[in-house]
Amino acid sequence: MAQSSLPPYADTGERVWYYAFRVICGAIFLFLIAPILVIIPLSFNAEPYFTFTKEMLAFDPAGYSTRWYESFLSNDRWMTSIQNSIIVAIFSTILATVLGTIAALGLSQSHMPYRNFIMGLLISPMVVPLIITAAGIYFFYSSVGLTGSLFGIILAHTALGTPFVVITVTATLIGFDRSLSRAGAMLGADPTTVFFKIIMPLILPGVISGALFAFVTSFDEVVVVLFIAPSPEQYTVPRQMWSGIREQISPTILAVATLLIVLSIVLMTVIELLRRRSERLRGMTPG
Amino acid sequence: MAESTLQPPVALTTADGQPLKTSLARVERRARIRAFALVVPLLIFLCITFLFPIGQMLFRSIHDPLVVDLLPNTIAALKDWDGTDIPGEPVFAALAEDMKKGREDRSIGKVATRLNFEQSGVRSVITRTARRVAKLEEGPYKEAFLDANKAWGEVETWATIKRLGNRFNTVQYLASVDRRFDTEGNVVMQPEDRQIYVPIFGRTLWMSLLVTACCLLLGFPISYMLATQPLRISNLLMIMVLLPFWTSLLVRTTSWIVILQSEGVLNDILVWTGIVGEDGRVQLIYNQTGTVIAMTQILLPFMVLPLYSVMKTISPSYMRAAQSLGAPRFQAFWKVYAPNTLPGVGAGSLLVFILAIGYYITPALVGGRTGQMISNFIAHHMQSSLNWGLAAALGGILLIGVLLLYWLYNKLVGVERLSLG
Repeated sequence: MAQSSLPPYADTGERVWYYAFRVICGAIFLFLIAPILVIIPLSFNAEPYFTFTKEMLAFDPAGYSTRWYESFLSNDRWMTSIQNSIIVAIFSTILATVLGTIAALGLSQSHMPYRNFIMGLLISPMVVPLIITAAGIYFFYSSVGLTGSLFGIILAHTALGTPFVVITVTATLIGFDRSLSRAGAMLGADPTTVFFKIIMPLILPGVISGALFAFVTSFDEVVVVLFIAPSPEQYTVPRQMWSGIREQISPTILAVATLLIVLSIVLMTVIELLRRRSERLRGMTPG
Repeated sequence: MAESTLQPPVALTTADGQPLKTSLARVERRARIRAFALVVPLLIFLCITFLFPIGQMLFRSIHDPLVVDLLPNTIAALKDWDGTDIPGEPVFAALAEDMKKGREDRSIGKVATRLNFEQSGVRSVITRTARRVAKLEEGPYKEAFLDANKAWGEVETWATIKRLGNRFNTVQYLASVDRRFDTEGNVVMQPEDRQIYVPIFGRTLWMSLLVTACCLLLGFPISYMLATQPLRISNLLMIMVLLPFWTSLLVRTTSWIVILQSEGVLNDILVWTGIVGEDGRVQLIYNQTGTVIAMTQILLPFMVLPLYSVMKTISPSYMRAAQSLGAPRFQAFWKVYAPNTLPGVGAGSLLVFILAIGYYITPALVGGRTGQMISNFIAHHMQSSLNWGLAAALGGILLIGVLLLYWLYNKLVGVERLSLG
């Protein structure tokens, strides 16, 4: 079983199991990927249906169109939501990355007191059910007048994004050789110079992947926005999708979904390249 | 003497004459402060934007000052009421006074709504009676109240008001577990037809367990495949795990609606292949089945990634050794390989369970009536019924459960190993 290919001496039972196992795994992989694959061709449907039409199955060009993309691009609501999403995601990513990286630098020092407890605290926004976070933030924002502002959403998304930065940067710092910064200090660099000239270039891959995680978290978050953004002027893309699914499900949503899939493919590729690069730098096998 | 020979001749000191021990302690303390100072900005930020708001929200579950503040005279008058029979004229007079004031500053509606959560139907009793009482110049009020509505002649109504006469109470937590105070002040179960939350907590646990089990069942074989295939192939297969991981939750939920709905892709295929007839389309979405299917797919990467990273470290020679010692393949797998994967199984299952138990979006969109989980009820009380105290109490129970699991995860796996792909 642990062999990846079938040995020549395998008996019938082993052969059957070998192929059966592959079929099972294939089915599971299909289960994972099918939802993403199905949505892409359907977003080019010429009809307002959520299933494949006869023309589509016959690969008749008449069955396909880009009308849902056009309706997406010409819709003010969607355009506003994209603008909001980008603003919120960029600012919350910057804030989360700065705060998270600095905290990770402290956490990875051996002198850090109550390390486990504080780490647990800093990671908790990731595990606390979003509905509880959203409810808490809703009451808090109502009392300080932050509901209905992009600034409020940015702050909330920063809190949700920091755990990812803390985790990835801490993980990168495990492989960081402290004598490098000591050498820098000994040669006369002040702590800021040491940080920007020595530490930062080395942990950059971790910082960037943490930032991308924070970006995706913000770009995908809908529960908090549901509570603290009452009017469509503050809607983000997922919030707009939420309305789309709940109220009048139109294939425009499939076009948006396809664009989001493309975005996630890009982000995933960047992350993978970064991960392999940092593993190569650490002398591990790329894998 | 014996004592002095045991002492070192001179205590070790640093260059400036300080004892080495004190000096070292000071340096270490400084390093600790410096390390801590780096964490402080984030800690403060999270305290303000995350921990404090949640704490404040949970505080609402036990802090309920509305009735005390808006019916102060009534609560004071009810202090000596023993709860056996309807109270006397002074209490009615006090309530009349509170009601008149409540109508003036328009706060009576709030009281009525709050009391209505405890005893349905009371809202209209209060608002209507208040309207009548406002016209009365003076007593006796008791007859006027009893004449206005017979609910005032019931002990339960007064017991409800008295129960909320404490700023701090556990009424909401009792309601969260389908319990209430009876007129004598004992904790009793709600009547059968009003038991909602215990079944919902049960369903949430059951669905989370089911999703975790499905994830394990589906995640185990593919993690095994990923771990044993040559790098080139496993890297390619890994994309199939990572792409869903990176894809927006709403996108995946949308596509499950597209696939599973009765006019959707899967049903079309079933009809086309003749497995079901045109009128026999299966209802796979807007119910518990659809929610479990969608949540399994959404959470599967969280199972595969830790499993895979554990399986990758298990040397294939263990299995070979077991087999060469005479174990049949299956036994070798079960007795040698499987126990080695347990850390991954534990980490993955715990993570999936933690994430599943607080799930909101997917059940809200595809859950229909039977697939709603506790988060959805919290959202309902937050947004629709506006029973914030109850929402806070339900949230408090959910949060305690999640934090216990999180603590367990931290103990067993270590929080910094939360898998991120």
